[in-house]
Amino acid sequence: MRDITFGQYYPVKSFIHGIDARVKIIMTLLFMISVFFIVSYTTFVFMFLALTIIIAISRVPYKIVLKSIKGILFLLIFTAIINIFFTSSGNVVIPIKLGKLVINITDQGINFAIKMALRFTLLVLGSSILTLTTTPTELTDALEFLLKPLTYIKIPVHDLAIIMSIALRFIPGLMEETDKIMMAQKARGANIDSGNFFKKIKAMLPVLIPLFVSAFRRADELADALDARCYNASSKRTKMKVFRIQATDIVALLSFILLTVFIFLDKYLVGSLFSAPDLGGLEVQGLDVCIYNLFRCITG
Amino acid sequence: MSIIVKNLSFTYSAKTPYEKKALDNINLEINDGDFLGIIGHTGSGKSTFIQHINGLIKPQEGEIEIFDIKLSSARRPKADLRALRSQVGMVFQYPEYQLFADTVEKDVAFGPKNLGLSSEEVADRVRHAIEMVGLDYEMVKDRAPFELSGGQKRRVAIAGIIAMQPKVLILDEPTAGLDPFGKEQILNLIKYLKTHCSPTIVVISHDIDEITRFANRIVVFNDSKIVYDEPMQQLFKHSRQLQDMGLDIPRAVKIANSLRYRGIELSEDIVTAEDLLREIIDKYNQKHGTELDKDGCVFDMYDFSQKWLTSEERAALEGRTLEQKPQAKKQRSSKSKTLREKTVKTKTVKKVNTKEKFEGSEK
Repeated sequence: MRDITFGQYYPVKSFIHGIDARVKIIMTLLFMISVFFIVSYTTFVFMFLALTIIIAISRVPYKIVLKSIKGILFLLIFTAIINIFFTSSGNVVIPIKLGKLVINITDQGINFAIKMALRFTLLVLGSSILTLTTTPTELTDALEFLLKPLTYIKIPVHDLAIIMSIALRFIPGLMEETDKIMMAQKARGANIDSGNFFKKIKAMLPVLIPLFVSAFRRADELADALDARCYNASSKRTKMKVFRIQATDIVALLSFILLTVFIFLDKYLVGSLFSAPDLGGLEVQGLDVCIYNLFRCITG
Repeated sequence: MSIIVKNLSFTYSAKTPYEKKALDNINLEINDGDFLGIIGHTGSGKSTFIQHINGLIKPQEGEIEIFDIKLSSARRPKADLRALRSQVGMVFQYPEYQLFADTVEKDVAFGPKNLGLSSEEVADRVRHAIEMVGLDYEMVKDRAPFELSGGQKRRVAIAGIIAMQPKVLILDEPTAGLDPFGKEQILNLIKYLKTHCSPTIVVISHDIDEITRFANRIVVFNDSKIVYDEPMQQLFKHSRQLQDMGLDIPRAVKIANSLRYRGIELSEDIVTAEDLLREIIDKYNQKHGTELDKDGCVFDMYDFSQKWLTSEERAALEGRTLEQKPQAKKQRSSKSKTLREKTVKTKTVKKVNTKEKFEGSEK
């Protein structure tokens, strides 16, 4: 129950931990957007290298970062299979006939599936580096700052941020509560871990009902506590921790902008300079072509 | 020998930055008929320990033997946890938070049903358990547990455990969060259960005055280890060490220690207020040749502390600092004044705080 890594802060001190949370969010956004524009395998390799270096700097063990992929492994494989089977354009590599149904596996389908899987992996790794190196409080504070412009179109950003931070603050407590209640019911002989799907759901009721009761009770208590301290979300509030951009933040941000520019150049410029060679099933684009040509030049 | 624990160790979140050792080489034997009290700080490992006894946590190192059921870190043979839980009942802290069914009857029936008993047997046990915790079966059985008062809810939750008729009953802070009246009821219930339901009882508590009222043996946890495991009458020889660990000692022991420091000889095994009272009356009878008995005099703790203790000791006893004024004006009889003069002399020679006095009294 406690081994959910996605969004769990890893408490060590590092350069990455020290970067301003707002900058980190922007960096992650840039990274996520640019991941969708990667076309060449060379850039994928390059991005994975870059991530490896970033993880090394952040001093979070690789094992913990990689754990985040475990959660989406099913999704990853599922989308890959869909892509392989349902892309019909390109040269047919393996034709499958099931009676009247004809499914052709094409080289484009395979390439697309591989690239999609790589993109997903990059996305999840990138975002878990953000959540592993930034505390939830920092994250919500930074989000509140970044979304401030939305207050002009009457969106209550501060309220949303408070809701989010309270929700985040409640998660560990609720997890602990779940653990406790599960133990208490197990002590009464409840069989929670075995049986089929429906049995399991039915067996979860003795855990879920007390959990909801306690969640509502906690929420009530918290609301009372906020009221008792005259909390009012709409008034102008000051922050305990004021964000200040430092030179290192700017350096980090610039390097990510460069990275994005590099990926866009790869997609829209480099590929168009050379004509793509035919390499059987492998689809080469952008930098791949450059490297291929370079390789040809050296070997003659 | 009902429960034997050998070399038990446990670490939470091993190999992560959140790593925390909770149990460090625990050895303990709990005998049939024991009324065992466990005391220790929050985080001293006592809760982790009792969760092991009920098979809720798999041992990482060491082994536990409970009525011939063996628990260890080995994967096979698989321990029969259902059999274990029918032998060892566990009442968690705030057990009313585990209530879930829409009627009291159904909730209490949850445990015995899980044991796979026949429906007549379950109904029988439910009625018996609800009556045993002092509730009116006909009145509460169809009510929703959430409608009941705090103390009643807790009793329903306890009924849910004893309906499984365990031979060993473990209670984690059974009186936490109750008013004095509710506490008293739960304590009496526990005493009653000892004779009528589960012959072996283990209680975790923060309140030492509470635990000394019924335990015959006390185990002290500190820093994931067992530091003391002694019969209750013997434990408070270590008053000083217990206080150094930040644990409280019974009020009667505090008073007895102060009296001993003042040169009054008292027997070693004073633990409860009744023990102290008996001892003092004995002394009085010896000195004055009277034959008062316990029922013949009213012992007023407040009056006693006003007459016989120094202001520092009173402050320590009432849990306030010296600067805060006591609530009532001092009234001292002429007899206690002469006794006070004696102590004042010793006080001027060495200005010691209460703690050091206890050290002196121990020697």
